[in-house]
Amino acid sequence: MEQAEVMLDLLFYIFSALTVIGALGVIVNKNPVTSAFCLIAAFIGLAALFIQLDAYLVGIIQILVYGGAVMVLFLFIIMLMDLPSEERRKFGWGAVAGGILVGCVFVVQLVRVLGDYSAGSRVMQDLPDGVASDVEQIGKLMFTQYYFPVQVVGVLLLISTIGVIVLSKRELD
Amino acid sequence: MEVTLNHFLFVSGLLFAIGLAGVLVRRNVIVIFMCLELMLSAANLSLVAFSRFNLTPSGDADYNAQVFLFFIITVAAAEVAVGLAIIVALYRAKQTTDVTQINTMKN
Repeated sequence: MEQAEVMLDLLFYIFSALTVIGALGVIVNKNPVTSAFCLIAAFIGLAALFIQLDAYLVGIIQILVYGGAVMVLFLFIIMLMDLPSEERRKFGWGAVAGGILVGCVFVVQLVRVLGDYSAGSRVMQDLPDGVASDVEQIGKLMFTQYYFPVQVVGVLLLISTIGVIVLSKRELD
Repeated sequence: MEVTLNHFLFVSGLLFAIGLAGVLVRRNVIVIFMCLELMLSAANLSLVAFSRFNLTPSGDADYNAQVFLFFIITVAAAEVAVGLAIIVALYRAKQTTDVTQINTMKN
């Protein structure tokens, strides 16, 4: 039991490192294709963290939707746009300094807030045995309590599909 | 050191800070859009962490948060599709993805 907990903690640090390094890779690489692949690594690490939090369905959806569909869309658009000819442009140093400053201020503030947050020091309790799995409980909630929002999201997806077709259609003149 | 709620919240905040810095630093509109997705996912992580650590009276995780997350991911997918369509339209009009070159509304 003790060994299993140490293993879980180690896995948390490994996947956190993967996520953070992937995220850093997105912003330091000049080539957009490399950025996209770093983002895929970050999303896979994030999905592993979701699964460590016993949110199996959300973790799988994260890999399928973000790691799969969304990133394929990004890479496809990058491919369409012949971008490597533009990658030699150098960074603006003012923007770099401003970005690093804002990021550091945010992290300092985060450390201060989390240091004062007493409820944050609780450890993970085991989930009770014999209850329904997360997929079953989420499905039950979605088709009872959240039935109307599910319908609204369906309409939203339809509208966005129509919007994309309208936006990407060439003007006929 | 045992993993607590604060660990997950810190990773989430760190990802958000990296995404925020990326939005300010980068000039390529596609990479800026990727950083926006990163910030959205960072918020998702803190939502799942709160759902797992704030147990309901029966001792089970709070699945309302995970249903909410399902909606967030759906809306994010729709947002990516529309956003990339706008970027393609912009590229077709301006032949660039550099945000410093897109300044029609300046002055």
